[in-house]
Amino acid sequence: MAEEEVKLFGTWGSPFSRRIEVALKLKGVQYEYIEEDLTNKSPALLNYNPVNKQIPVLVHNGKPVAESFVIMEYIDETWKHNPILPADPYERAMARFWAKYIDEKFWPAAKKTVVAKGEEQKGAIDEIQQQMKNLEGELKEKKFFGGESLGFLDIAANIIIWLVVAQEALGMDQILNEEKLPVLHGWLHRLLDDAVFKECVPPKERHLDFFKVKFGSSIASK
Amino acid sequence: MAEEVKLFGKWASPFCCRIEVALKLKGVEYEYIEEDMLNKSPALLNYNPVHKKIPVLVHNGKPIAESLVIMEYIDETWKHNPILPIDPFEKAMARFWAKFIDDKFWALWPGVKKAITSSGEKEREEGIEEAQLHLNALETQLKEKKFFGGEKLGFVEISASLLIWIVVFQEVMGVEILTQEKFPALHKLTQKFVDDDVFKQCVPPWEPLVAYFKAQWGTLAASK
Repeated sequence: MAEEEVKLFGTWGSPFSRRIEVALKLKGVQYEYIEEDLTNKSPALLNYNPVNKQIPVLVHNGKPVAESFVIMEYIDETWKHNPILPADPYERAMARFWAKYIDEKFWPAAKKTVVAKGEEQKGAIDEIQQQMKNLEGELKEKKFFGGESLGFLDIAANIIIWLVVAQEALGMDQILNEEKLPVLHGWLHRLLDDAVFKECVPPKERHLDFFKVKFGSSIASK
Repeated sequence: MAEEVKLFGKWASPFCCRIEVALKLKGVEYEYIEEDMLNKSPALLNYNPVHKKIPVLVHNGKPIAESLVIMEYIDETWKHNPILPIDPFEKAMARFWAKFIDDKFWALWPGVKKAITSSGEKEREEGIEEAQLHLNALETQLKEKKFFGGEKLGFVEISASLLIWIVVFQEVMGVEILTQEKFPALHKLTQKFVDDDVFKQCVPPWEPLVAYFKAQWGTLAASK
């Protein structure tokens, strides 16, 4: 059998990049990780993703795949053991629907809750609370969105950590608290406790510092 | 077991058109329910409480929303006449380009809106230029023959059918955005859709579609 060559172009702080690392680790796929400096993108990255010039990019035996959900589906279809997506088409559709919801609705609202001020910020906070309630409706009594083990939607939803750490770094009240969102709060702690996931989360202090540097000044000027 | 397939849609919607094409390519019988978006039915609000939008496919009572998610569901449920390629890498490419097309379509919309609602010639031109920037991105990729796999209508082609609506927009606005001169590859593609037997059944009739958007945008321009 030919040698497999798997490379991942990513950045340590990106929740999108993290999705791919978790997926690869869940499948036990060996890969070479290349840390990109987004202010000075490598010729390799620009060559592998000329259309969007973004990370993450997975390169499998020289063939590049970009866009985190596209990469995750590719990983699931290429390395078929430990499936990330359910087998049933309807369950798959639900996972894809909610993953899209997270990127198209939750992510813009999350960024707004951190950088916006006054009424705009309050509006974003209310919006994101409702979005997280909607996610709770999908999770229900399950341990993870994927059931007993991490699945596609759990991996997609890791982006929630971005908001939690950002809020902690900036001394904001946690929107995702046990009182208001007990179901999702429980899920988050189980996610952070998961043996595979733990390997992929950035060190807390470094992560906090990142947010303090990036957004701290906008809060100070409030 | 009797199959029950319903599609909640809007005749003028490009996203709804995608689903009808997919269902017809698979030969799936379905009941079509036309929604009035100003007066959404309780059924629609029940089946898509999160976004309250069309299209929504309901298969044996189970609802699925978001056009690309629905298309994947259709392909995985009715496995004959596949829409997506079998090979994982080719599949990944199809998904990437479908997303790219959607992203560009939404990205060009503010430019189009600006052109419709502007009273000033300069602003109108700016709007058209902004929209054309995104069309350029599509044209470049299409010219390099990256997205389209050939004769058969697949996932990317079906997703790209929404480009016809840009041609509609320009007729409504009385301006040229997607010209054959500037965007020969895109123009050729829109012709391909218009000529295809299955698409012909799903794309709304031209004159009523133009009239519909004229009425919609007349309100948009007036409300500015």
